[in-house]
Amino acid sequence: MKTAGLGGGVVAVLLGATSLAAQAVDRAKPPALPPPPALKLPAVQTAALANGLELAVVEMHKVPVVDVQLVLDAGAARDPVDLPGLATFTATMLQQGAGRRGALEIADEAAFLGAQLNTAASYDAATVSLHVPKRRLEPALDLLADLVLRPTFADSEVVRQRELRRAQIVQLGDNPVAMAGIAFPAIVFGRAHPYGRPLNGTEASTTVLSRDRVTEFYRASYRPNAARILIVGDVTLAAARRLLTARLGAWERGSVPALPGAGAPAPASRAVYLVDKPGAAQSVIRIGHVGVARTTPDYFALQVLNTILGGSFTSRLNQNLRETHGYTYGAFSQFTAGRLAGPFVASASVVTAKTDSSLIEFLKELRRIRDEAVPDAELAKAKAYITLGLPADFETTAAAAARFRELLVYGLPLDYFAHYAERINTVTAADVQRVARQYIDPDHFDIVIVGDKSQIEAGIKALNEGPIVYRDLWGQDVK
Amino acid sequence: MRNIATATAALLGLLTARPSDRLSAQSLRVPYQTFTLPNGLQVLLHEDHSVPLVAVNMWYHVGSADEKPGRTGFAHLFEHIMFMGSQHVPTGEFDKLLEATGGDNNASTAEDRTNYYEDAPSNVLALMLWLDSDRMGFLLPEITAEKVDVQRGVVQNERRQSYENRPYGLAEENILQRLYPPEHPYHWPVIGSMADLQAATLDDVRGFFRSYYTPNNATLAIAGDITPRDARQLVERYFGEIPRGPAVTRTPPPAVTLGTDIYATLEDRVQVPRVYDAWHSMKAFADGDATLDVLANVLAGGRSSRLYKRLVYELQIATDVVAFQDGGRIDGKFELWATARPGHDLSELERVIDEEVRKLALAGPTPREVERAQNTFEAQFLSRMERVGGFGGKADQLNFYNYFVGTPDYFQKDLDRYRKVTAVDVQGAVRRYLVDAHRVVLSVVPQGKPELAVKQGVTP
Repeated sequence: MKTAGLGGGVVAVLLGATSLAAQAVDRAKPPALPPPPALKLPAVQTAALANGLELAVVEMHKVPVVDVQLVLDAGAARDPVDLPGLATFTATMLQQGAGRRGALEIADEAAFLGAQLNTAASYDAATVSLHVPKRRLEPALDLLADLVLRPTFADSEVVRQRELRRAQIVQLGDNPVAMAGIAFPAIVFGRAHPYGRPLNGTEASTTVLSRDRVTEFYRASYRPNAARILIVGDVTLAAARRLLTARLGAWERGSVPALPGAGAPAPASRAVYLVDKPGAAQSVIRIGHVGVARTTPDYFALQVLNTILGGSFTSRLNQNLRETHGYTYGAFSQFTAGRLAGPFVASASVVTAKTDSSLIEFLKELRRIRDEAVPDAELAKAKAYITLGLPADFETTAAAAARFRELLVYGLPLDYFAHYAERINTVTAADVQRVARQYIDPDHFDIVIVGDKSQIEAGIKALNEGPIVYRDLWGQDVK
Repeated sequence: MRNIATATAALLGLLTARPSDRLSAQSLRVPYQTFTLPNGLQVLLHEDHSVPLVAVNMWYHVGSADEKPGRTGFAHLFEHIMFMGSQHVPTGEFDKLLEATGGDNNASTAEDRTNYYEDAPSNVLALMLWLDSDRMGFLLPEITAEKVDVQRGVVQNERRQSYENRPYGLAEENILQRLYPPEHPYHWPVIGSMADLQAATLDDVRGFFRSYYTPNNATLAIAGDITPRDARQLVERYFGEIPRGPAVTRTPPPAVTLGTDIYATLEDRVQVPRVYDAWHSMKAFADGDATLDVLANVLAGGRSSRLYKRLVYELQIATDVVAFQDGGRIDGKFELWATARPGHDLSELERVIDEEVRKLALAGPTPREVERAQNTFEAQFLSRMERVGGFGGKADQLNFYNYFVGTPDYFQKDLDRYRKVTAVDVQGAVRRYLVDAHRVVLSVVPQGKPELAVKQGVTP
């Protein structure tokens, strides 16, 4: 919206009778554009069931489909220290038998209804979700209610899923990107912090998963008063309330303990953590440290900062590492803002022979964004990209549900997006530099690289950017 | 693809997950207007004012099947070069200008076509058409050998990231090599070989552009918050002066079949083996194409499928199983793969796969299985009506149907194909295309463990 050339002049021409085709085309500069359309957000309506379950409904009637997201305060941040993977396993187990149906019957019924029925857990929440044609909504909600209220957690199914998970854990070691996904948070946060523990557990923790532990976790945290349900699509609030009261009204309250707090570990001096992957064609690079919680007042400035740094195609990291040097298919950065302070990470998969050169460029950009104020045009582009791109986030039921879901998980006000653009637009170049200096700290970077040690170690050492430490995919020391 | 995923993923996502719908037939109409400019550019316009967005979607009717020997991967490399600037749009400005309006863009290359899209707020249409027309009409003055080199590096890294450094990532090219003879346009993968990517020159770029990136070899779909009259005027304005190019003619290759089963083993940096079975099937929209989509769903579509139930749930000898029909313009294949659990070899898996395939050939699926597959496709189809832009949005689908069947609003007819499939059809297709036909059996095994591969004759 602050782009040069934006203006209202063209509207009249477009509506006029003159044939545009007949005019000479001036290709020398981009066409002037009319002002952008106003953002029209679908309204959020709310209600609550007697058992405390809060309901949010967003009506979208273009296509007869409905997207349902039941968000539970049952994420992996609640995993016991000795049992990482329990929250995600419990979510998986909901589908392995519920009500009168067994695991295969649940899958059969969902498919028969044309319903995508998923159960999953992140660190911050567990989610039972449903995407279904409107006319199958009622039987699909029956199924959802069975999963949430009447899971059977049969011993045989616990064993079956546990064995499947063990086999999948073996396969992790074949995929360098998956390896980095586990090693990086483990190194940044350590095992004492929930975000440092693997979401799907370890080989050892998987072995001891049991019906008792699953049942105990389910009873403690799957409660209506610690859950919220979002329905987006071709449905009204009144209908949604009626459908849910009939199915989830009998769900019993329970006292869910507060989320255990966890302090971020003290930042360590910059070091390079090498996870060896002999023969790898690329090095998977993750650079970062502990970042921010979703409720940080600096969230908007950080969004602008990250868009400029590595959150868009024209961002500095992608332009440098991909478009200037061709070292990678794509370079990005992200602040994963959780209920607790999550990681800041800059990442790319780079050709093995250019691992050291890529690190030089990464560190150059990560230092430059702190050292120099962002030029006006770059700032304006980033803010426009974020604010003017918002309508696309609310085009489909699934996309809109993803945005509104974020508000439920992090306890943000439901009119949040009405003020979103305004808050982005007040961010200044000074704000960007301030948050860059505050939240990006090159002296304390953990640089995690999954790659072929024999090919990359000497080059990394020569950079002299910190000691080299050898780790495995779990982030643990290699003897 | 430029930003995300891979050419293979794009293919599977866009070309094989073609769904259908019986739930709300009226919503399956996508009304459009069409016209063709004097230079041959075909244009499709669809109005949808539900959200103030506009989607511009250009299909160039060229893909990896048009590549010359020694230049595999070139159509996709060329796709990347289309973003390196054009005469009036300096390098880098394409993306910067679009992002500054809140817009996004991407492109993907498949065997038979290359598609480009821009999505943005509806006030941006003129800019989108200016950008897209400039690279169609005025690309070459801006492209240098250095710019080709940069994207060569990017694409080679795309190959590394999505194929070489990914477990089992080289399976697909090993299957294609064996399923199609060397002179067949589907013999090589869209991503191409490292050596051929290395060999590509600026002259290749010029030749490819002049042959294929012409208005008469492209179709432009615009969908969203538009007024057709205004959109038409803008299209005429920006694309009207681009000269027509030579007609593109292709000689369809002769039909190919396998005269015998082909067994092959590929050693990879993996800890557990995976078996791939691939059969020749039929092109997209040919008789049997929808039937094989239903078959794939019955065999391996989710946890209620027959092979998931046997291999993963009951016997617990595999971690996953996948099947799909993949029909292109020239030919098609039916493919199935399953990954073993530690301690199990691929002959064990293959025996069960063959058993289940034979059961289907003998007795066919149950009516419920067919209906379940149909319902699943139908629901997917309905959800695709929600979005105007991106890969698989309404603009892209109009182009897809237009190119493959010549009718942009083919949504309802496509649905009807799936509705008509019966259990008997599925049974017949299993016999004809799987049981009575030869296949490529590719075993991907850990390095130094060829004994885990499927042994010939393991099944009757």
